[in-house]
Amino acid sequence: MEIKHESLKRCVLFTVEGRIDSSTAPDLQQKINGIIDQGNFKVVVDLRGVDFISSAGLWVLVNAQKKCKRFNRGEVVLSGVSQRVRDALNLAGFIPYFNIYDDTAKAVGSF
Amino acid sequence: MRSIAFPGKFSSLDDIRDFYTEAAKEAELDKKSIYDVQLAVDEAASNIIDHAYEGEGKGEIECSYQVSPGKLEVVMRDQGKAFNPKTVKRPNLKANLNNRKQGGLGLHFMRSLMDSVEFTFNGQGGNVLRMVKTNKEPEEQSEQPTERQE
Repeated sequence: MEIKHESLKRCVLFTVEGRIDSSTAPDLQQKINGIIDQGNFKVVVDLRGVDFISSAGLWVLVNAQKKCKRFNRGEVVLSGVSQRVRDALNLAGFIPYFNIYDDTAKAVGSF
Repeated sequence: MRSIAFPGKFSSLDDIRDFYTEAAKEAELDKKSIYDVQLAVDEAASNIIDHAYEGEGKGEIECSYQVSPGKLEVVMRDQGKAFNPKTVKRPNLKANLNNRKQGGLGLHFMRSLMDSVEFTFNGQGGNVLRMVKTNKEPEEQSEQPTERQE
């Protein structure tokens, strides 16, 4: 799994590639938390390059969402969600927790 | 039937998924079913490490399978603590974000993705997990256009 992040004007954009499972999820959690803990509560996670995500990976996204939405200070929005990732989010009942954009530019523009 | 014992570590998950991907292909499962198997065995192995062994590096996960055309039977054995699925709380899928509690999702995924999921505990023999996945009948595969072979 590869994680990149970029600070934009109004949000931080994470680009994740590869497989997010119990082995790689802690790394993603640590990187996202590191950015949130610096006071960045508006976050886009681009999942275009993710070809596998397990419940461990989905929890990273939900826990980040809980942190960002606290005190109404921001949110995590998702982009580039493949059918597989969407199916997993749906199976977990996590779809209502996120605004999901097909296009990363639109996701960034939502802030 | 093939059988491989993988170390009970999260770094084994890639290999375990690959092992069962080959098995699912051998069983001639369709693409969607192969992905369902990958996700179910990943969740199963993660649960074995987290709950039966209560951590990484405590024991092995013995993975085996049986195939027939359109059907895969997955068998995963461990020597960890007895696992009773009845003690796992079902996740509240309708909870709002703040009330959503972690846990129970792996088992929910396994049951949703596979046709059957069965746990037995054999004392000294440890836990045995059996999961079966079969191809759906073509008329049930409305979302899955079949690939045309040229």
